[in-house]
Amino acid sequence: MSAKTEAQVVLRLNSITKTFGALTANDAVSLSLHKGEVIALLGENGAGKTTLMNILFGQYTADSGTVEVMGRALPPGNPRAALDAGVGMVHQHFTLAEGMTVLENVTLGTRSLWSLGMDRAAARARIAQLAADFRLSVDPDARVGALTVGERQRVEILKALYRDARILILDEPTAVLTPQETDDLFETLRKAVALGLSIVFISHKLHEVMAISDRVLILRHGKLVHEGRTSDTDRHDLAARMVGAEVAAPKVAKGVPGPALLQLGAVSTPDEGNAPGLKSLTLDLRAGQITGLAGVSGNGQAALAGLIGGLRSPASGTLMLNGETLPHWSPRMAVHHGIARIPEDRHKTGTIADFDLTENAILECYTEAPYSTRGWMHWHRATEFTQEIIKTYDVRCPGPATRIRLLSGGNMQKLILGRVLEASPRIILANQPVRGLDIGAVNYVHERLLEARDGGAAVLLISEDLDEIMALSDVIHVISEGRLSPAFARGSMTPAELGVWMAGHGFEAEHAHAS
Amino acid sequence: MRLEPIANPSLARTLTPPALAIAATVVVASLLAMVAGANPFGVLGLILKGAAGSKFALLETLNRATPLIFTGLAVAVAFRARLWNIGAEAQLYAGALVVAVLGTGMLPWPSGLLLPTLVILAMIAGALVLLVPALLKVRFGVDEVVTTLLFNFIFLLFVSMLLEGALKDPMGMGWPKSARLIPEARLPRIFDGLRLHWGFGLALISAVVVWIIQARTTLGYEMRAVGLNRDAANFAGIPVNRVLIKTALLSGGLAALAGFSEVAGLKGSLTLDLSPGFGYTGIIVAMLALLNPLAVVAAALFVAGIFVGADSMSRAVGVPTYLADIMLATALLLMVLAILLTRFRVVRE
Repeated sequence: MSAKTEAQVVLRLNSITKTFGALTANDAVSLSLHKGEVIALLGENGAGKTTLMNILFGQYTADSGTVEVMGRALPPGNPRAALDAGVGMVHQHFTLAEGMTVLENVTLGTRSLWSLGMDRAAARARIAQLAADFRLSVDPDARVGALTVGERQRVEILKALYRDARILILDEPTAVLTPQETDDLFETLRKAVALGLSIVFISHKLHEVMAISDRVLILRHGKLVHEGRTSDTDRHDLAARMVGAEVAAPKVAKGVPGPALLQLGAVSTPDEGNAPGLKSLTLDLRAGQITGLAGVSGNGQAALAGLIGGLRSPASGTLMLNGETLPHWSPRMAVHHGIARIPEDRHKTGTIADFDLTENAILECYTEAPYSTRGWMHWHRATEFTQEIIKTYDVRCPGPATRIRLLSGGNMQKLILGRVLEASPRIILANQPVRGLDIGAVNYVHERLLEARDGGAAVLLISEDLDEIMALSDVIHVISEGRLSPAFARGSMTPAELGVWMAGHGFEAEHAHAS
Repeated sequence: MRLEPIANPSLARTLTPPALAIAATVVVASLLAMVAGANPFGVLGLILKGAAGSKFALLETLNRATPLIFTGLAVAVAFRARLWNIGAEAQLYAGALVVAVLGTGMLPWPSGLLLPTLVILAMIAGALVLLVPALLKVRFGVDEVVTTLLFNFIFLLFVSMLLEGALKDPMGMGWPKSARLIPEARLPRIFDGLRLHWGFGLALISAVVVWIIQARTTLGYEMRAVGLNRDAANFAGIPVNRVLIKTALLSGGLAALAGFSEVAGLKGSLTLDLSPGFGYTGIIVAMLALLNPLAVVAAALFVAGIFVGADSMSRAVGVPTYLADIMLATALLLMVLAILLTRFRVVRE
């Protein structure tokens, strides 16, 4: 019993199967988690990771199979059962009350609704103890709304620990963190494991999986396709198993920079709620070059993408296209001036789910001949255009009359690519172009962007994935709080150095230097 | 219990729930007739006979369906673009008012000139009535559900004021009604001797025109895009606010035609009871038709048939006429449920 190799099994999923109509989200998935162990759950979007966790937490009831925590079966369909049994979950999107303090957030829901007073001193002492044990430094009296994303995540972990969680499930925990914050998180996780907790780490960032986990489990199309020790594998092996085929990343040669096609001169835009606007931002997008924009999400990327895409106008500063300022700026003007826009959210803004492929393909050009003349639609021409895109961009679908909501994310993105690239754009705004796509589709999108660059287009690549930025960009800027770093040439910065800028440092020196 | 979408519903799946809904409605009506002390058997037969059992009954149903087609189209057009026009009632009275003012001798023109003029002016009046809430919506974000609904009451009181004052028929023996239309302003009958006027023909033409607009024009494409996903439409460069204004003008114009058709085709003068809630029933019609303009005609005939048939049945067996209202409400609720069940299946957890 005492030997480490014979560690106790704390969580066991026995042959979980769950179907939604014709889709089998989980197909006889079994897994076991031992005391003091980190397992990584890998898989593309739609592989069934979220469904599996929702079954564990009683949000869904499995068609067959059972969940055991600490050797006891959990009653199906009861969301409290897993929490009470000591399973804590840190969601990708935090579930914190922003107006309340850290202390209040952590203790929220742990006391009966009818108990009036609360032993703040005891709670504070307990939180301080947990923070010290797990290296989770955060001020218990700070308002959550004023915390950084990294600190908020620590509050989420504290919340789970305060409820005596012995098993932590982290869903894509590093998606919103800078490299330094990720290192801090890993430090905390190692502490937790040393103290006997067990961790399920859900991610599709392979190097993190390699760094933190003891064992790796891979889900593909709802089936468990791989289970093994992390030390017995490597990143390429995992990538191949995740998509079921050996994949080659595109070879990236250096771009040949041409003239600046789009120039922003000291542009500012107002803040929008929690999202910062742009702060006197100056940026040139040059022909034949991919400009990468790195940064933690929510630091002004939306404002910049909205500005270039025509959704916003500068409050001050200038926007010049081909050396000319424009009197009026709108999405239609942006399209008209040859800006191809690949939106961040292909479901919400990129496509109309209940429109068919044809109706989606012509969204940006329906007012022009031959798709319409004098207000009359010529649907057969639109259908021909769509068939052309389907063929050229390898969109897998039953046909142009299929509603786009039935397509996978990758095929949806290919249709959007076709829609914006068919017009041979001069400027391409690619905002998170591969988020949630499988590796095959990722490489396809990257190849098309590189092809457009080599054809003389100016590409702005906005991504939260530093690997993607560093692999594709000819020059890199970092955005933080709406401010833009100087341009860094390809290969001149390490991820850690970029991470310093992403965390908001360096801008002051830059500013002092400039003035 | 949860609802799961059905990817490709079979024909039986599509037809069974609506059929069951109609059957259940008849059962409810029969039970109510029994409670009211009448023989519950034969209620269905009496409804059918009352709605379509004779030439007179059938024409009555078609006449009743005419304003419902117009208001149903008005609502369907607006809802398609997610413009929640609850004010078809006010727009209907705006159209009726134009006819009552201009059709009583103010424009002494021949029919061929006067009627098209009245149609156009009535549509403009209805469009303007909806333009105000639409502008408030796109400019200031004021919820159009509230403004269009409240406008109904304001407009009805305005019409009431006119009927008690400026428009009051001097020959009306004190009743609050407008003067009778001149013969040139009356819509002719479609068939000699049958009580069916050209308002019905105009309604059918309108349904086809609206269908063509939605399926074949850039405006129709824009209206559908704005309705399905305003963010994506805006991102793609569709001028969302302009589309909403155009939608409001079309919707208001269509609702006004209901008022035009009732005054010029059926009543011959304007009274406050011109519409027993045609504007609101138009919402029911549009929902039953799933906002499809051609299906609006069928839905309007169905609703009108229940009204006329249940009315006639209740007189025949001697139960209160409120039974017709209850039947319609039952039919609507069950039909909405039935339409849901044609596309989703219930899964027990």
